[in-house]
Amino acid sequence: MAKDYPKIYLYKRIVQAKVFIDTQFSDDIDLDNIADEACFSKFHFIRLFKMIYGETPHQYLIKVRVENAKLFLQKDISVTETCFAVGFDSVSSFTGLFKRLTKFSPALYQQQFKERQALIKISPLQFVPNCFAEQKGWAKKSNFEEEL
Amino acid sequence: MITKLNHVSIFVLNQDSAYEFYVNKLGFKVHTDAPMGPAMRWLTVCPPEQPDLEISLMAIEDGMMFKDGAAAQMRELVKNGTFGFGVFECNDLMATYEELKTKGIVFKKPPTKEFYGFEALFVDDSGNWFSLGQKK
Repeated sequence: MAKDYPKIYLYKRIVQAKVFIDTQFSDDIDLDNIADEACFSKFHFIRLFKMIYGETPHQYLIKVRVENAKLFLQKDISVTETCFAVGFDSVSSFTGLFKRLTKFSPALYQQQFKERQALIKISPLQFVPNCFAEQKGWAKKSNFEEEL
Repeated sequence: MITKLNHVSIFVLNQDSAYEFYVNKLGFKVHTDAPMGPAMRWLTVCPPEQPDLEISLMAIEDGMMFKDGAAAQMRELVKNGTFGFGVFECNDLMATYEELKTKGIVFKKPPTKEFYGFEALFVDDSGNWFSLGQKK
């Protein structure tokens, strides 16, 4: 395929930039610096990134931060702490962006996650299609209360 | 009228290792991770843009599903790469290939032009293989 993608080195540099966002999302990331690191002009970098990933580096960074915020909230970390831990510098902008991407406020997301986890604990079979539960021999156990 | 597929199973050798592969390497999202009694677990994941398709990472264990030594046979078959479970899609095949390679994912076939489009083949941590194509 390489001959059909003559600028393979460009791909590698854009992928490196994407992986940099994936791993350094909590830092104060300057997209100009990422473009410099990748040896592109800012506009060329944004254009290529969008061509490959369907969104701008900034949009992608916000998405990565929100996805990681979900993981923090799932661990029962407060909304404020989560906000700063994933790289946002204002709780109100974090809340707004979180809501825009997930349809829920961070607090509601956390509450719903906790409720679902509690239900999984007391009644796990509700989450398993019966055909699988029967095949596994789980269906005849009454939700494992005695074993958990 | 059937309208959707919402659950599918992939048989894996080890659920902890499968979790690492599908969640931390492929970037899938955990849908449900429920303990089902001692040493048993219902673990499903979803591709990031397909939250209503639960892929059950099903441990191969002796029991009602695999009787009379069938689990050992199944483990061998999976390990030997007998099963191809499906076709995944990405926005850009070359970029995804480059990224997954850096994460240590083994490709049986690099991105290659076929008569139906570009395709790569990768293997999961158990031995199951998948085709990877690009959104058209």
